[in-house]
Amino acid sequence: MLNAANLAAILLTVKLASVVTLLLLLIGTPIAWWLANTRSWLKAPVEAIVALPIVLPPSVLGFYLLVAMGPHGPVGQFTQALGLGTLPFTFTGLVVASVFYSLPFVVQPIQNAFAAIGPGLLEAAATLRARPWDRFFTVALPLARPGFVTAAVLGFAHTVGEFGVVLMVGGNIPGQTRVVSVQIYDHVEALEYGQAHELAIVLMGFSFVTLFLLYAFNRRATMLSA
Amino acid sequence: MKIKTAVVLAMLVLSPCARAEEVQVAAAANFTAPMKAIAAEFEKATGHKAQLSFGGTGKFYAQIRNGAPFQVFLSADEDIPAKLEQEGLAVPGSRYTYAVGTLVLWSARPDLVDAKGEVLSRGAFAHLAVANPKLAPYGAAAMETLDKLGLTSTLQAKFVQGENIAQTHQFVTSGNAELGFVALSQVMKDGRISSGSAWIVPADMHRPIRQDAVMLAAGRNNAAATALLRFLREPGAVAIIRSYGYRL
Repeated sequence: MLNAANLAAILLTVKLASVVTLLLLLIGTPIAWWLANTRSWLKAPVEAIVALPIVLPPSVLGFYLLVAMGPHGPVGQFTQALGLGTLPFTFTGLVVASVFYSLPFVVQPIQNAFAAIGPGLLEAAATLRARPWDRFFTVALPLARPGFVTAAVLGFAHTVGEFGVVLMVGGNIPGQTRVVSVQIYDHVEALEYGQAHELAIVLMGFSFVTLFLLYAFNRRATMLSA
Repeated sequence: MKIKTAVVLAMLVLSPCARAEEVQVAAAANFTAPMKAIAAEFEKATGHKAQLSFGGTGKFYAQIRNGAPFQVFLSADEDIPAKLEQEGLAVPGSRYTYAVGTLVLWSARPDLVDAKGEVLSRGAFAHLAVANPKLAPYGAAAMETLDKLGLTSTLQAKFVQGENIAQTHQFVTSGNAELGFVALSQVMKDGRISSGSAWIVPADMHRPIRQDAVMLAAGRNNAAATALLRFLREPGAVAIIRSYGYRL
């Protein structure tokens, strides 16, 4: 049913969302842990910065990422000094932009899950002589598991659905930056409504299944812990 | 009471035309700057008001088909106005070419593009920005030009596509693409190219980029819509259009 170009867009989207989700879990976990436990005055400003992409229109965010990562921007100057060239119009560039764009959707659920554990259990573990790392990996992480599942699903889904940012920094290159949302937009603009419908159905089916699984899992997790 | 009467009287006297109407215009993104200038003149001359929306032509087509309240459509091409007329969404016989676009190879760097566009065959750049040829008439014209120069396959790997001509211009002006094919209207101000370096692509390198205007069905009984379509062809408006680099 799908032609080669549409299939390539789907595969690229899945690849992008997977890489971004993995990176977000690695980057987001320490941020979330710090936010859940700190009493520093920096907590509020950092939380606000993490949440910014929820408020900023994606095309605005995309435009400034394009400028920042461009040859005259600060990020662009840095990547050029490292001999990496500039990031716009590359898959790596999309990954960087998407990590920034989806960060709040990963940090917030994990932070809430860590906060919900409370200090009691961790203090009990400490009295049993568990070192800080040990407490983190054997107590905090397993208890926060539902938060991680939510974070991973939301991060993945949000990246799949992203459009404005990709449009701005991507350059619509097949196999590199032409993801499903951009491809659908192209079809609509070119009046190829049939092809647009086809891809949109795939995207909608995928989104429904993802969210359905998330809610089913969360319900089970709540019932088990009750 | 006296003050109220005075205010009402003042408003009646100051309003430029008792029967001023409003026209909702959907205009091609590449025509943004000249259209704003023309609308200001139009309002001064006729007292009617023009509400302007700018965007991609394909998107406007979808919106018009689905009941958007636009009364005048200034397309970036000639196909979509014709299609709208066929489908009964535009007033038959109201169609005409209001501007012919000029393609330019442009770089934000003052020394990159030479007056003959030979930079293309030298190929000393990483990215060449082109508007999506499937969607944007300027993109299609750029591809025809490259085909004619025999450079399409050589440069293929360096293409980055903007979804419309405005985004393509953004890629070049931010320096992310060293050069790109954009509309002359985007880099021209007061009759000259305002920055960077450029090759104005000769008209015989591609089919003319005709941009057609049409009155939409919703504008049939709107005096402002009729007036605007007439105003766009008058010498004053044509002079503004030319000053932005359109051929007409």
